[in-house]
Amino acid sequence: MNIATTDQQNQRAAVTDNTTRDATSASAPDRIVLRGRKVVGGVAEGEALVTHERISGWGGIDPRSGTIIETRHPLRGQSFANKVLVFPGAKGSSGWSSQFHIARLAGCAPAAMLFNEMTTKIALGAVVTHAPALTGFDVDPLGVIETGDWVKVDAERGIVEVIKRRRGEAPRAR
Amino acid sequence: MHLNDDERAMLDGRDGPAVQRAMDLLVRYGEALGAERLVDTNNVCGTVGATMPFLRDYAVKHGGLDAVFSEFNLDSPDVVTVPKAKAFSSHLQQGLDPEHAQRQNVSSEIVKLYRAGEAYTARLGIQPLNTCAPYQVGNVPVKGEHCAWMESSAVIYINGVLGARTNAEGRESAGAAMLTGKIPYWGLHLDENRGATHRVELDIDVRSVQDWGLLGYYVGELVQDRIPLIDGVRHAPSLPKLKHFGAAAASSGGVEMYHVTGFTPEAPTAAAALRGARPLETIRYGAAERRLAYERVNTTGKHTQVDFVMLGCPHYSIEQIWEACQLLEGQRISANTELWIFTPKATKQLADQAGYTKLIEDAGGVLMTDTCSAIGRVMPQGTRVAAVDSAKQAHYLPAIMGIEAWFGSTAECIQAAITGRWSGGLA
Repeated sequence: MNIATTDQQNQRAAVTDNTTRDATSASAPDRIVLRGRKVVGGVAEGEALVTHERISGWGGIDPRSGTIIETRHPLRGQSFANKVLVFPGAKGSSGWSSQFHIARLAGCAPAAMLFNEMTTKIALGAVVTHAPALTGFDVDPLGVIETGDWVKVDAERGIVEVIKRRRGEAPRAR
Repeated sequence: MHLNDDERAMLDGRDGPAVQRAMDLLVRYGEALGAERLVDTNNVCGTVGATMPFLRDYAVKHGGLDAVFSEFNLDSPDVVTVPKAKAFSSHLQQGLDPEHAQRQNVSSEIVKLYRAGEAYTARLGIQPLNTCAPYQVGNVPVKGEHCAWMESSAVIYINGVLGARTNAEGRESAGAAMLTGKIPYWGLHLDENRGATHRVELDIDVRSVQDWGLLGYYVGELVQDRIPLIDGVRHAPSLPKLKHFGAAAASSGGVEMYHVTGFTPEAPTAAAALRGARPLETIRYGAAERRLAYERVNTTGKHTQVDFVMLGCPHYSIEQIWEACQLLEGQRISANTELWIFTPKATKQLADQAGYTKLIEDAGGVLMTDTCSAIGRVMPQGTRVAAVDSAKQAHYLPAIMGIEAWFGSTAECIQAAITGRWSGGLA
């Protein structure tokens, strides 16, 4: 049922517009481009919020503030409102979609969603969130995008542009 | 996604705007999944209630329950008049027990909304099972039946234990399925996606309900949304054991399907469950893993003074009520502690008839229906520490209500209700 992501996770090299192709090396590129499959169309940009843990919807977020509340989650206490949420996929209750649906109506939905594992929870959740969403990337977004990077998502064309935040630089204001 | 003529006609508006919106959502959802087509279903479990605060306010502002259904069950940009459900449809949990509203600190205004919702579901022809465990009160799909169910603990039960076929649907897709009798043909509807991906070999005897819950919690966290095969079960499990296993595995991970060699319908042998493939991983489960699961489930438990004992997640079966009554008979719970046990309304009717409801009340507890503490956000006022016999509830309740929760056996929980203190531990 879920698309295997091992190949994607093993891929580290990213298509870039400068000299290096290794996103994790000391001379990491300033700009990285990923390509993926459209889940929900649209164009958006924002600061990245990245987690390597799956996200629970019902019982995992407070939709009225977009905050992660799951007890042992690394992002506990942080809000994804208007951020580009980068995560492996959805887990937990089938109330996933309705919680993200409420987050949209409360003005606290993510600006865009980038994820690896396709499930009914995430597919329906992304559809009712109405935010641009992509999956099935040529390069694992969890390998190259870090919290604080600026991310431009063009879901219609299946393109994600990542502008790396420089060390010591404050996140870009919206 | 391919649509047949009938589905195309629904999308074109033949059956009115609500069905058109439903089909539009199914198409967007199916395409998001990458599904090639839809499949017919005549067994849908979902929720259309509007008792939670956000939906209550939405109903008031936007013109009632058709507006709620349009937004939250169809993702429709406009309010449509909702016709009767086309598929056989059942309602899952509600947000409160109208008979115990006062004890649940629910105002009479909200009970009125509940009653309005009850009338609305009746108008739509949706069965008011009002439970997370419809399979305990007559909705028992058979092997191979295509369903569109919400509720992670029920989804995993009917896939794993009954061999029915459903993905974990959401409120919106279940709503669309009710009106169309269709759902994307994807994931667990297809044979090739139902085989085990991970093999779990038991080094210890897993026998009690508590042990099945711990096993589920451990396995769910490891396999996430893949499909585990449990191998080496020495004693036949039962409904409550598999119910707790599944509920736990669906909470710590996102498991929607599993196999138990020799006991579940698609696992006559391990090889059959694996469908000829090699498992991605083999996991051993022994005393150390059991202890780790216990510690994880009990992450939030700190203070031993227990204010609230909550049983019935997933909703208790009549067998579990009978068991709890054997532990409660002739006892009196602590003045500092409340005991609430949750069950489907239909099961409570049996409990009333059997004298169990009165026995629980005589001991100082209450048998409640329709909801649970996590779904309805209902607890005794001032609760700081709860005790539960469900790994699922121990996982969710602290996150949702900001309290501590202890997880243990049913007997430990009832002991906590009687003494007001948690004295549970892993034997």
